[in-house]
Amino acid sequence: MSTIPTRTPRRTPSRTPTRRLEPGRVGDPATRHDGVPKVTGEFAYSSDLHAAGMLWGKTVRSPHAHARVVEIDTSEARRLPGVHAVLTHEDVPGQKNYGLEFADQPVLASDRVRYFGEAVALVAAEEPEQARRAAAAVRVVYEPLEPVTEMERALEQEPLHPDRPTMSHGYRDDPRPNVVRTMVIRHGDPEAEGEVSVAGVYEIGIQDQAFLGPESGLAVPDGEGGVDVYVATQWLHVDRDQVAPCLGLPPEMVRIHLSGVGGAFGGREDLSMQIHGALLALRTGRPVKIVYNRQESFVGHIHRHPARIWCEHRATRAGKLVNVRIRILLDGGAYASSSTAVTSNAASFALGPYAVENALIESTCVYTNNPPCGAMRGFGAVQTCFAGEAQLDKLATKLGIDPVELRLLNALAPGDRLPTGQQIEGSLPVAEVIRCAAALPLPQAESLPREAIRLPGGAGNTTRGEGVQRGIGFAVGFKNICYSEGFDDSTAARVILRADGSAEINCAAAEVGQGVSDVILQVARTELGTDDVVLAPPETASVASAGSASASRMTWMAAGAVQLACRAALEERKRAGGDEVDVERIYRHARTTPLDPETGQITGDRAHVAFAVAAMRVVVEVDVELGLTRVVWIGTAQDVGKAVNPLAVAGQIEGGTAQGLGLALMEEIQTRDGLITNASFTDYLIPTTLDMPPVESVLVEDPEPGAPYGAKGVGEPPTVVSTAAIVSALRDATGRELARVPVRPDDIVGL
Amino acid sequence: MEVLTPRSLDEALSVKAERPDARPIAGGTDLLVELNFDRARPETLLNLNEVPELRGWSRENGTLRLGSGLTYAEAMRAPLAELVPALAEASRTVGSPQIRTRGTLGGNLGTASPAGDALPPLLVEGAQVELGSLRGVRSLPLSEFLVGPKRNALEPDELVLAVRLLPSAQPQTFMKVGPRNAMVIAVCSLALVADRERGELRAAYGSSGPVVGLVTAPLEERDHFADTVAAAASPIDDVRGTAIYRRHALRVLAERAMERCLA
Repeated sequence: MSTIPTRTPRRTPSRTPTRRLEPGRVGDPATRHDGVPKVTGEFAYSSDLHAAGMLWGKTVRSPHAHARVVEIDTSEARRLPGVHAVLTHEDVPGQKNYGLEFADQPVLASDRVRYFGEAVALVAAEEPEQARRAAAAVRVVYEPLEPVTEMERALEQEPLHPDRPTMSHGYRDDPRPNVVRTMVIRHGDPEAEGEVSVAGVYEIGIQDQAFLGPESGLAVPDGEGGVDVYVATQWLHVDRDQVAPCLGLPPEMVRIHLSGVGGAFGGREDLSMQIHGALLALRTGRPVKIVYNRQESFVGHIHRHPARIWCEHRATRAGKLVNVRIRILLDGGAYASSSTAVTSNAASFALGPYAVENALIESTCVYTNNPPCGAMRGFGAVQTCFAGEAQLDKLATKLGIDPVELRLLNALAPGDRLPTGQQIEGSLPVAEVIRCAAALPLPQAESLPREAIRLPGGAGNTTRGEGVQRGIGFAVGFKNICYSEGFDDSTAARVILRADGSAEINCAAAEVGQGVSDVILQVARTELGTDDVVLAPPETASVASAGSASASRMTWMAAGAVQLACRAALEERKRAGGDEVDVERIYRHARTTPLDPETGQITGDRAHVAFAVAAMRVVVEVDVELGLTRVVWIGTAQDVGKAVNPLAVAGQIEGGTAQGLGLALMEEIQTRDGLITNASFTDYLIPTTLDMPPVESVLVEDPEPGAPYGAKGVGEPPTVVSTAAIVSALRDATGRELARVPVRPDDIVGL
Repeated sequence: MEVLTPRSLDEALSVKAERPDARPIAGGTDLLVELNFDRARPETLLNLNEVPELRGWSRENGTLRLGSGLTYAEAMRAPLAELVPALAEASRTVGSPQIRTRGTLGGNLGTASPAGDALPPLLVEGAQVELGSLRGVRSLPLSEFLVGPKRNALEPDELVLAVRLLPSAQPQTFMKVGPRNAMVIAVCSLALVADRERGELRAAYGSSGPVVGLVTAPLEERDHFADTVAAAASPIDDVRGTAIYRRHALRVLAERAMERCLA
């Protein structure tokens, strides 16, 4: 096992030395090839796309969270200048519904809308302003219905999807209305008693991915009945497989091309403008561009599930966990998206990376008329980590044990079993990661007076030290890597190896800002032993599926596929006497099987492929009179298997930490009766540079046996752990329970 | 949309007289958001960026005249920052460096939001707003200029020309509460002057009522002043914060401001 300390440069006025762009190999701290263009503004995002003769599309959306659609009158909109098409559900030629996993969402609403912002009609016009005017002129008569907005009441109210689209997929049968999925894990003796017990109820608000590049893309008809869609997405082939049936076309007539992605974080797993743009393009015979504005973006994608979590942790007086009982309720909003997998993940990782012999975990996700929720970085583990780690702190206090010691005492290790019965086979250096994070030296307390921007309240100039308390927190995050429960997707890579030794790589892995295109190039250079390698633009027509840039899986899977294809290409070329070869290979990870619907126990060797752990130590200063916070310093250790690019890993840790900080302190979509009330960056706040402290990260390298080069994914663990770690520090500073995130100033003050 | 760009004040006032519906724009930090979100579609924009008479600041017989085109970045710079320190502190809390370079005092006055960061420091310094039209120039106390939430006393043919004030040269400060440490709309804010010369405390609160409100009391009432300020405000619950928190925070801010200014 090795550790790489990576220290984030402190923000000093000295100039950062220019780093030479080096074509790195596996393990090198390679500079991102898209870094400079992104920083200088030259990078083309999907919103920058342009085609000659293109029209602008606009979506007509529901102003109601729940309503019956009585009538849609498009006549006035059609008469407006510049308008080429106005489409409704009647114009959808193929399947009327789509969905990432369950086709429960209408392409365009027909008789009912189930959430605020649901798409009802489409317009294409010469100019964006004409499209906006025409969209406003589409007359939709709604009959508002009572919205289902409270998770617990949803289990008794009239079903929003009476046909229960997610049932009969091998999940536990739950007859209650509006259940998306219920999952129960029974482990050991769920009634086992401990000598001590702590309990709590925790809540998580709705977090948004808040990517800076709004949903956007360009659909271009090919003149032969097919269409090319250029779009910022996370999984090209799953987009194609949802788009084509709705257009009534075979998949090969729909080609999806990856366009510049301005952040994703799970929010681009589901479709946004893909079908809509293609429908308009095929109808008008012209390219159609759609760009959401910021307000529309808040209803244009799914969000992180808000949750309510009831926990009881039973332990011996010595601190050994005996039994953990957790009930999780998640609000999935109006449509299923990936809620069933989030429900399962929340349950699977609810115990954290701790060995516990007995447990009862129940996780339920419901349909409501709130904003639809689905994939977001951390995927169910964020919510339960926040609750579970708070419980461990509570237990440590009750027992008078150091919180780090308590965690070490219960740390999971290879050979141990998860509550699903799965044995940890690969790498999982929990204790090592905890020790590394706990050993990072804390920064010294800063003296007063100091500049306002180095105090809680920042630029607001609210304190010169009055009311400020320092707090230190610790937490450990735990999550799986790759898809699970029998959803075994693969990644393909195609290598064209030329006689002159140069190579072109094709892989449909989505570069969403995480750096996978550099990983692909590093692997290809390493395997082929040359720097003369280019990566072709990702698209569905040139190579098979790469699977999703999700679940911290893309580095592992893309590296595996490219490694496999490169090795095959070298062999093939040898056989071909040195001539050019074109080789495609498909990489798969170890097979998983579903969990038993009644007991939540594994039905084969494993339900999850691999696991990663991160531990984080946080120093905060809190103005306890005003409830304002400054996170002073974050130190973290993360189990990365092998860092393919240590620089990119450090970047993922910082970014993931910032996103968790946002959830801890400020990020929440607010709703009233299902309507979003803060759909702007004025009122949905994300951290600024004044909110984000320096992050000191230690990469713990304990290679994963089944993974290429031993590399695990790294994108999610920092987000899983940082919310919990920051709130732990806030509790230390304030002495308050703080059982809900984001923590509001009112909660700190105690109003 | 037509954009008219006058090159002098006379020309600007003529345009405004002819086209009273023309929306004045300087930094555009408020108006462009309205346009982007499709909340406003004015037929005409009156671009004031090329009117030299509205720019910068000057001083005559001790009285400061701050042009409506004065940017927040300019208000943060010495020597102006030393003459109206609370205004400089307030300017530092406005948006990002980019926004402070574009945004102007005239924008805060024209928008007349109770969250306008420049308004509390101007109010505690007894600022007068200078309004101009082809009919002439008139002056109104800021408190009379601000008539309601996002409503001011401008006539359709008038433009905000400047703000005039006689700097008190007394200890003063500005503080703004937001749930993140930069780039926030005030949840609530407070400017305070401890005026020993006149023996009074003057505080103005922002984002805690329909308009920015002024509270004064003799210096001797210092012990109750924080409560007086909190009681004078009429905050509401909204997406940015709760009424109860705003009142609480105003009390804390007032106490701290007095400590700063009376130390």
